[in-house]
Amino acid sequence: MLIIDKLNKSWPGFALQDISFDVNSGDYFVLLGKSGSGKTALLEIIAGITQADSGRIILNGHNIANQKIQNRNIGMVFQELALFPHMSVKDNLAYSLKNKNIPSAEIHDRVMEIARKFKIFHLLKRKPAKLSGGELQRTALARTLIRVPDILLLDEPLSSLDIELKREVRALLKLINKEGTTIIHVTHHYEEAIILANKIAVLNNGKLIQSGNTKDVFHHPASKFVANFTGVKNYFRSKFSQKEDKQIYIATINNEIEIYTTQKPLANEGFIIIRCEDITISLIQTNSSAVNQFEGSITEISHLPHYYEVTVDIGVQLTISLSEKSVLKLQLTLNKKVWVSFKATAVRII
Amino acid sequence: MKPKQPLFWIFTLLGGLILLFIIGPLIGMFASTSPAELFEASTDKEVQLSIWLTLFTSMGGTLVFSLAAIPFAYLLARKKFAFKWLVSGIIDLPIVIPHTAAGIALLGVISRGTFAGRMASSIGIDFVGHPAGIALAMAFVSIPFLINAARDGFHNIPEKLEKAALNLGASPTRVFFTISLPLAWRNILSGLILMFARGMSEFGAVVIIAYYPMTAPVLIYERFGSYGLNYAQPVAVLFITVSLLFFIFLRSFSKNADHADN
Repeated sequence: MLIIDKLNKSWPGFALQDISFDVNSGDYFVLLGKSGSGKTALLEIIAGITQADSGRIILNGHNIANQKIQNRNIGMVFQELALFPHMSVKDNLAYSLKNKNIPSAEIHDRVMEIARKFKIFHLLKRKPAKLSGGELQRTALARTLIRVPDILLLDEPLSSLDIELKREVRALLKLINKEGTTIIHVTHHYEEAIILANKIAVLNNGKLIQSGNTKDVFHHPASKFVANFTGVKNYFRSKFSQKEDKQIYIATINNEIEIYTTQKPLANEGFIIIRCEDITISLIQTNSSAVNQFEGSITEISHLPHYYEVTVDIGVQLTISLSEKSVLKLQLTLNKKVWVSFKATAVRII
Repeated sequence: MKPKQPLFWIFTLLGGLILLFIIGPLIGMFASTSPAELFEASTDKEVQLSIWLTLFTSMGGTLVFSLAAIPFAYLLARKKFAFKWLVSGIIDLPIVIPHTAAGIALLGVISRGTFAGRMASSIGIDFVGHPAGIALAMAFVSIPFLINAARDGFHNIPEKLEKAALNLGASPTRVFFTISLPLAWRNILSGLILMFARGMSEFGAVVIIAYYPMTAPVLIYERFGSYGLNYAQPVAVLFITVSLLFFIFLRSFSKNADHADN
């Protein structure tokens, strides 16, 4: 659907170099990168706000790299949202339709329809200054989606929201994607990629370091930068329940593996992450403070520059980072049976 | 700054002196003008005509020149180009040069012997001694106030709003009229008021271009030169009163616009 082909753009002191990736129809594509890596600049080039020096942007088979911004059917929600402060929510929503000279009765109907869908119907007469963070975000999304863009670009859409609102907006973004809207979402939070994306690309200092489906990139980082940046390999979709003592919660993976956590879940389902360095390996079951203990067999041992990564199958693949000394001491080899353990406090819900 | 600090009292005293410096002469003039003199001046046809002429020419000059000054201010706020610093300096020139010199310079361009003068004559306008010439002189000295205020207004609008409008399918022209202009409106209105007020009070440039028909500042000067202070004072008081009323009216209009925006 969207092919970015050898895109280049330079500014004094910074350049986007040879960027190429594909986004298919219906994808939720997350572009991960630190601040200043060029993520927003890349989105602006795709949207047409900035012109690339060279390269192609092929949308639905047509190269739109030289097309005027107003003629590209690409919707963008800016990090600052950029709602027009002098217009009511209703006028903000209708703005793009008025640009197309659509009859006013149809504009009215479409505004009402999208306002209901995004639960901003009661806010139509208000100006943006009178809206809360979540309402602003919903209005900005609705304003962009009312024109039915071929692709939706989101620049750090969750960055300024508190935890509760993040959850609400994440759910909304998932729904929008599920209904068929292709999304490119720019962020520096790997958690957002885990929760939302089916494909990701990692951008560093103007270069695309790696792209692919989310699991592949997280589990097989192509460079140390990607490994450090993505940071976490043990993330699992889980269903949450509460233990009787109410001090501890259970995250159930694949309806069979129960992992204890002390963090209170905010929903029935979500993701848990366990850092590789928070897990210990032993040859026998130990009597320790770690309430999560599982037996499994080693499926992979990777020798990285300063440490080893050992993957153990406990029903799901769990990656543990170890020093060379530990690997030698425990004589770890492929298929060897081991015990893995970690504390409930090491299990984080995102 | 805490109110009880000695520095606060010193600054307050200095501020009070400045206020007195501005208001003192005006109060003195108002106090020394009797209601009878003021009434006589207000019924004087020549005085009435000069005040109307001043308001009309300044307003006309402001509105006509705003048609070019506002887009120009937008250009200055949004675009980078070679010698922009020089262009900005040129805009402020009318503020720093003596206004009689400005009048002479303007006369050199619009008098009957010049190309511009002949062009204007061919469509029946003779700038010298004509309200159109007065409006030109007023605009010449006051246009920096509008351009600078409008430029600041456009500059203060986050560019992301304009980009968002383009992304929503608007043409650059529509973005200018629906986003940039409405959002810079407060500054533009303030600039228009300042340009209008500054134009009304202009004497130096106007007197070179057109001694007749007489604007209020020229009439005050003429009454002072021919008959002395007592004859000039009532006209001055009347003109100041009318100017203040206009200024207050326009300012309140601008404030209402502010409230409407909020």
